Amino acid sequence: MKMLFLLLTVVSMPVFAAGGSLHLDDVDIDMSDTASLQRGAGLFVNYCLSCHSAAYMRYQRMSEDLQIPKEVVEDNMMFTADRIGGLMKSTMPADDAKKWFGKAPPDLSLIARSRGPEWIYTYMRSFYLDDNSPSGWNNVLFEKVAMPHVLYNLQGARHAVFKKDEHGVEVFDHFEMVKPGSMNEDEFDSAVRDLTNFMVYLAEPARMVRYKLGVYVLIFLAIFFVFAYLLKKEYWKDVH
Amino acid sequence: MEKIVAWIDDRFPMTKVWEEHMAKYYAPSNFNFWYYFGSLAILMLVLQIVTGIFLTMHYKPDAELAFASVEYIMRDVPWGWLMRYLHAVGASMFFIVVYLHMFRALIYGSYRGPRELIWIFGMVIFIALMAEAFMGYLLPWGNMSFWGAQVIISLFGAIPYVGDGLVEWLRGDFVISDATLNRFFAFHVIAVPLVLVILVFLHIVALHKVGSNNPDGIEIKKNKDENGIPVDGVPFHPYYTVKDIVGVIVFLMVFSAIIFFAPEMGGWFLEKDNFTPADPLTTPPHIVPLWYFTPYYSILRAVTWEWLPGGAKLWGVIAMGASLVVLFFLPWLDKSPVKSIRYRGGIFKAALAIFIVAFIMLGWLGTQPAEGINTILAQIGLFIYFAFFLLMPIYTRLDKTKPVPERLT
Repeated sequence: MKMLFLLLTVVSMPVFAAGGSLHLDDVDIDMSDTASLQRGAGLFVNYCLSCHSAAYMRYQRMSEDLQIPKEVVEDNMMFTADRIGGLMKSTMPADDAKKWFGKAPPDLSLIARSRGPEWIYTYMRSFYLDDNSPSGWNNVLFEKVAMPHVLYNLQGARHAVFKKDEHGVEVFDHFEMVKPGSMNEDEFDSAVRDLTNFMVYLAEPARMVRYKLGVYVLIFLAIFFVFAYLLKKEYWKDVH
Repeated sequence: MEKIVAWIDDRFPMTKVWEEHMAKYYAPSNFNFWYYFGSLAILMLVLQIVTGIFLTMHYKPDAELAFASVEYIMRDVPWGWLMRYLHAVGASMFFIVVYLHMFRALIYGSYRGPRELIWIFGMVIFIALMAEAFMGYLLPWGNMSFWGAQVIISLFGAIPYVGDGLVEWLRGDFVISDATLNRFFAFHVIAVPLVLVILVFLHIVALHKVGSNNPDGIEIKKNKDENGIPVDGVPFHPYYTVKDIVGVIVFLMVFSAIIFFAPEMGGWFLEKDNFTPADPLTTPPHIVPLWYFTPYYSILRAVTWEWLPGGAKLWGVIAMGASLVVLFFLPWLDKSPVKSIRYRGGIFKAALAIFIVAFIMLGWLGTQPAEGINTILAQIGLFIYFAFFLLMPIYTRLDKTKPVPERLT
């Protein structure tokens, strides 16, 4: 009974994200933009896969779907597997990861489906320097996140400037660049868009085929409909 | 060919069954849009069984492996993603079809005598289908699977004295666990589907015994020609078989559009939180059952009156149970001299319209946090829901009906 009450209370509670800005930026997801997916895959294996796994995905599938030659994947992208048929697993042992970060980094295979592409796109562009955090980084979208800013040498290091709103609550205002990275703002946004695009693919490789297939299925059904309708009309013409 | 048929007919009533249920089963000739959903429900049942068989070939009912095996189906099994989407989206489509089928019965009085048993079989099918969907939802072992099952099974704990023991017995453990997953798998893939198939068989046998109702709500069997054939009837085959094929194709177009272009339906058919593996330590911020359960979930949560003997939770569970039980009595609650909405008066039409609005409102509220105005709206919805049924003997008697025609219009 107590359990039930507790559960119903939890269930009835509204959603509060972990503070910060709830505004998510729109991102253009396009499975036909192969170049973007390839660039995103490059960023993903270089920057994400050392700590995070994508344990439901195989290198080979990525190679085929994104038209990246097998040799390129084997020589330049497979940092964590010996065979191209292998799964994209992180080499970091989960126990160590827990010790280092306080929480094992989550598997990223499906993160674009559970969080949504807009969330990833915004999150990766919301890191700032914070002396009070163990990693030295904090995030406006996901406050006190254990993850450091892995793309800082691309984006650069920034401070976040907060202001007080009409209720006296500290809210995020804007970022201030402290040390620029190798990319300007537009280049970095575009790189994160590539990464997000890839992660949407990663979450559902079937996306590469289902839209195309859907068009054919609907065309087939539309033609079938014409014949079925004419057949029905033929039979029913005698009934009042 | 004729010899083979005769040989079989001597040993098995093949021709007899075919004629009784298809070629010489006379159905009213005026079926409209609402009459497609019976055959579509059968289509969905078959589709769920077929896709389910293929999923079972690759799915692992094990708390350690279940989530990964679903992703394996989505990625590594050829056409696995299609089977999985057909099945998971199919569950929602099945409920859409069944709700529309029930609505048809409601507007044309198909539950009225002599079709009370058809309605009762149908209601048992509806409840079995809910059990089937609920248990199937645990199988992907996502976080919403886990917490949804946790919330719903805990409801049984509200029953006095035996509640806690009953919950433990249902789960097979002190928490939702591997034991729960395994037994839900057993129920989902064989026990409940078997019951469903038998019930659907009985539903159709009962229907063919008394004959189909129609949008005019009159009995075509009262008006037969010299050969004993209803003058307003047409043989089910070929007339309704060719007509239902058209319905099937249109339905498949809608279904395919969802499967191929929006399988998640913005989170209504596949929830975001179910793409995270089950985690007993992380409660999703917002536990929401799938849309087809939300009207009843809303009724459960609407009861917040702690002064009730036994507490509000117990009465919430009772209200939810009663909201389903009351449907069984519909044939005897309706006292109107006419069946179809076409010949009913304004009172019934208004009552039905208010009921539908309240039902949809309850469904929407079930997806929202139960707080403030939402709880009050859900309580109003609950009141309307029960009033529609319990006051029916009164308002259907008061209603001014129109004269019913002798023949189909």
